[in-house]
Amino acid sequence: MVTSLTRRGQLNTEVGRLERMLEIRAVEESIQTLYNDGHVRGSTHLANGQEAVSVGIASVLRPTDVVTCTYRGHAAALALGVTPEGVLGEICGRVIGCSGGIGGSMHLMDASVGLMPTFAIVGAGLPVAAGVALAAKLKNNDSVALTIFGDGSTNIGAFHETLNMASIFKLPVIFVIENNLYGEYTRINLSTPISDLADRADSYAMRKEIVDGQDVDAIINAIQSAVDFARAGNGPSLIEAKTYRYSGHSRSDPATYRTPGELDEWKKRDPLDIAANKLILKGELSEVDLEKMKSDIADRVAEAIKTVLASDGPELSTLMQHVSAKG
Amino acid sequence: MTVMRTRQAVIQALSDEMESDPTVFLMGEDIGSGGPFKATEGLIEKFGDTRVIDTPISEMAFLGAGVGAAAMGMRPVVEMMFIEFIGVALDQLTTQGAFFRYLSRGAYQVPLTIRAAAGAGMGFGCQHSQILDQWFRGNAGISLVIPSSPQSMYGLLRSAIRSNDPVVILEHKGLYGERGDVITGEAGIIPIGQARTVTEGSDVTIVAIGSTVLTAKAALESQSEWSAEIIDLQTLIPWDKSAVMKSVAKTGRLVVIEESSYSGGWGAEICSEVVTKLWGQLKTPPHRITSPDAPIPYAQELEKRYLPSSDYVVSQINELLKTGKSPAAWWEGAK
Repeated sequence: MVTSLTRRGQLNTEVGRLERMLEIRAVEESIQTLYNDGHVRGSTHLANGQEAVSVGIASVLRPTDVVTCTYRGHAAALALGVTPEGVLGEICGRVIGCSGGIGGSMHLMDASVGLMPTFAIVGAGLPVAAGVALAAKLKNNDSVALTIFGDGSTNIGAFHETLNMASIFKLPVIFVIENNLYGEYTRINLSTPISDLADRADSYAMRKEIVDGQDVDAIINAIQSAVDFARAGNGPSLIEAKTYRYSGHSRSDPATYRTPGELDEWKKRDPLDIAANKLILKGELSEVDLEKMKSDIADRVAEAIKTVLASDGPELSTLMQHVSAKG
Repeated sequence: MTVMRTRQAVIQALSDEMESDPTVFLMGEDIGSGGPFKATEGLIEKFGDTRVIDTPISEMAFLGAGVGAAAMGMRPVVEMMFIEFIGVALDQLTTQGAFFRYLSRGAYQVPLTIRAAAGAGMGFGCQHSQILDQWFRGNAGISLVIPSSPQSMYGLLRSAIRSNDPVVILEHKGLYGERGDVITGEAGIIPIGQARTVTEGSDVTIVAIGSTVLTAKAALESQSEWSAEIIDLQTLIPWDKSAVMKSVAKTGRLVVIEESSYSGGWGAEICSEVVTKLWGQLKTPPHRITSPDAPIPYAQELEKRYLPSSDYVVSQINELLKTGKSPAAWWEGAK
């Protein structure tokens, strides 16, 4: 059986990373159909266009490192190793979901690969990541915590309080902003007076880096440097990945607020194309290989959907389980 | 058995847990210097600054860090200098930490203790005097305890730290200076969820917690017309239903004394449960004695009036017993 851990290991190669990015795209693109067919409740928040950030992060971290991530977490969960069945099962509220159908799209988790239940309140994952890092420091091990959040989170108190505290305590935590230019429905220039969000690190005397969020190799380099810095006991980093989400904020958002042509411009720098083209240029992948890869992944996701839809919902008894240590 | 003040019982409980469990550590504002109530005095000298961690004034950051560290197997004791300060950080407890176990299907647990000075009567004004138990009730995944004496402070705090779920402990600032006998060590530990019968009696059951246990005792001792069984709940979430039911089944009368405002108070739930379970066995209607629905005033004469006093409790119970009806509250102006 494929476990989250073995899937994590598949990110060791460039081809494996491309495959995972293609898989994330395919999984996310299947969600609207599942919704239309009545299998998805509430809301979902897609990360299509941002796949390289998640895959880059997952390629560098150890499974024993811990990640806190926002409700836009399908890509992070799949990248860290959760199976398509685990993610789609959770989105469809089935017992095979990675949280047993209790959490839904906004609450994906898998402790075996260090994914804490994803946070559906903007900014909430940052203080918790600092606490994970504090625990590592107090236990004197070299684990790191990494927290993924959007540009919108940089205007919430938790961001500022946590960066300040992490800096004075020199905590082994990496703060990763996925700057996709929109905080919910609002463009960043309307909510934030600076364009390089990494500059906020300056107030906290924190190491910072701006990175091309569409290039998985650039992400890997930036994350690796921050992780090395943190493991060596030097403290936190703030990394800003400049990226773009192709979809609206959530399922109900058609994203009519975009500047005309903006989406098309960003699609010219699609992270999947960039990664594939590199391999093709190096002669390690042919166009035929790529098409085969895509079609295999489509089959694989179709199989996953079949499995999910054949799976039961959670038992009624699970509603009252794990409320507290007693039950 | 040692005589100590309630604030010293806090220090003793923290110290004993820190000695017995290396994963226990403290985090909060100015705790190294002991804080405004000297409730952590001397601990940084004893355990060092890696286990007694002074934080910036950033409640959201350090409460959330408590959640994260707890999820990784530590046992943080986070101090909110005044319970109102948790208002800017509440998400980390009520929405994150409280649900971590549930969302992770038990893969993560949050053995986090939150200590906070709370309660009125000391002239701190309306933003530093509330008891605020109502902010935590009705929120799955959290326990809430309110000690009433040095012993229960010691025993409940040690239990809170050992709990595998988040526990809020509201330390009444009016009690920090009170002295009492304390049994320390394992024998002094008080389980969460267990009430204590303070006095035996037959005319009325008085259910109280924290400061109102002292109010109830003073009321009882100031008169000789009726006897009362005073139940100190000790834990508000989950409260000890069997202890309350057993007593009210015996006395047939229930009076609840709450420090917090009338509307939405915890006593309403106790009364509801008692009426539901003991329907037909009550001699008088269950009665709640509370503070009014107003912010807490500063001036001494007003703050004194705001809180249920022992004289007020006596007059209310006298009237209840005499008329068989639930007396009006003082602010209703009737009678």
